[in-house]
Amino acid sequence: MNPRHLVYWLVAAALISVPVVYNQPYHLHVMVLILIWSFAYTSWSVMGRFGLVSLGHGGFMGVGAYVTALLWNHLGLSPWFGIPIALVCAGALALIVAYPCFRFRITGHYFALVTLALSGIVLQVITATRDWTGGSLGYTPERTKGNAIAALQFVEKETWYLIALAVWAAGIAIWYWIDRSMIRYAMEAISEDEDAAAAAGINVTAEKLKITVLSAVMTALAGALYCQYQMFISPDTVSGISVSLQMVFAAVVGGIYVALGPTVGAIITILLAEGLRIGFGTKAVGWDNLVYGVLLVVFIIFLPKGILGSLLERMKSSSKR
Amino acid sequence: MADIFDVYLAEAIISGILLGGVLALLALGLNLIFGVIDVTWICYAELIMLGMYALYYFYSVYGLPMWVAAPACILVVAVLGLLLHYIVIAPLLDAPPINQLLATGGVLFFLQSFATVAFGIDFRNLGIRLPVLALGEMHFSYARLLAFGAALAGMVVVYLFMTRTYIGTAIRAISQDRQIMALMGVDTRRLYLVTSAIGGALAGLAACLLVLQYDVHPFVGLSFGPITFLICVLGGLGNFIGGFVAAFLFAQIISLGGLYSDLEWGYVLAFAFFIVMMFIRPAGLLARRS
Repeated sequence: MNPRHLVYWLVAAALISVPVVYNQPYHLHVMVLILIWSFAYTSWSVMGRFGLVSLGHGGFMGVGAYVTALLWNHLGLSPWFGIPIALVCAGALALIVAYPCFRFRITGHYFALVTLALSGIVLQVITATRDWTGGSLGYTPERTKGNAIAALQFVEKETWYLIALAVWAAGIAIWYWIDRSMIRYAMEAISEDEDAAAAAGINVTAEKLKITVLSAVMTALAGALYCQYQMFISPDTVSGISVSLQMVFAAVVGGIYVALGPTVGAIITILLAEGLRIGFGTKAVGWDNLVYGVLLVVFIIFLPKGILGSLLERMKSSSKR
Repeated sequence: MADIFDVYLAEAIISGILLGGVLALLALGLNLIFGVIDVTWICYAELIMLGMYALYYFYSVYGLPMWVAAPACILVVAVLGLLLHYIVIAPLLDAPPINQLLATGGVLFFLQSFATVAFGIDFRNLGIRLPVLALGEMHFSYARLLAFGAALAGMVVVYLFMTRTYIGTAIRAISQDRQIMALMGVDTRRLYLVTSAIGGALAGLAACLLVLQYDVHPFVGLSFGPITFLICVLGGLGNFIGGFVAAFLFAQIISLGGLYSDLEWGYVLAFAFFIVMMFIRPAGLLARRS
């Protein structure tokens, strides 16, 4: 075993043992939130890093959360079955929207705006079907009276920490898997020049679809997880344009070209929001987004590779010298 | 029963046309910016939101008469457009288009929360009750008629400016080829600033018209921002006539959809229509198929 692997194992062991050593509920809660959102942001960057900027991921997250909760409340279907169904729904939605986009070469601005429409649709559908979904007042999955495991509802924060940690780690693993697969080279070629990539024998539409559906399904899982953990969802917290922009924002701040970039973005944004909330209470309403907005603009102008991306690059260039 | 139904139908269709005028005005400013500078202002609706607040403060708080307050509001938003270009867009002109989009997304966050912090989250309105025009059994508010008229007038002024003045001609030329124009000795930076100011002024005009009908709050931009983008994309980004046609189509769908069911379903229908149209005409309604 080389020293590098040893470090990974040590970090993993340290992360797993956190709730055993330290279980202050509020801090655990913040960590669970960070893990869930990190996973969502990582899902976005899986496709975002190849220049496929989607503003529709709020929609996929909403589908994941609402389908799971609706199946549980109305049909009594356990989230163990509900979540896979929700993931399939999100994947199908991604396919329906993305296939024509890629087939007809809708890229760049146009792609971002079409996906923006998608998150708008999901938000409006959730609001319009208020008889089932509670509309903009939000929705609560019913508390189970029976088996907690079957209902995927746990009171202990420790359990949720471990679940979120596992899902987050899976997200990072998927990121690495793509980073080392042929899809990455195909996608990089496509983002440089679609015609040249097609001429080199890459099936442009198929490769883009694969990555989009994967990203959408992962985002929907994040939504379902968030719903099960918070036990309350509203159209504004899991769908819509602001959630989509929030994903893009955190990923860009952390760095979309490195595996842990979105995680760093989630840590920064959530700690900032929580810090402002605790420090200033209700006076801070709006201030966190004010800071986000300025940061996003500053980052895109001066540090387009994000905090972690720029740091790693600097370390690499200094070690070469 | 049938008679009443037809009256409602006619009323919905005419309301749709009136709404279309305002949507067309919204789309015009965004199309202008896109066509000339090749940038999408995601925060366009938030500029309008600030314009609505500006008019509210000028008119209701400081008590200025409307004929002073409205031009002042247009001026304020025009300056905001200028600043947006100068501070955010200009440094990013050579960056990938998606970075420009995201940067204006950051401005969207900033403006929304700025409004929350500065003005609070209360709903505010001008407190003007414009009379309702009764035409037979149909009812239309004067606010809507006024908005429709002003929107059309604004569009005619922009059209005349673009075709009859030297700067307008230069702006149209630059939207056709941005490299050549610089070689021809045109100061592109100045033209971009002028265009941004005009785009801002159009947002300001839209703000004056919208605040007559709707309450203003920090998140009001989210209620008509997305629809404006969809109209521009459906018409073909940068295509003025396409945007105009798309605005009226969208307005009809929303209005008629709202007649048969809730207003949200009107929006859902409009969004779904948009996605279907993207499959059929990906480059916009009026684009020639290659």
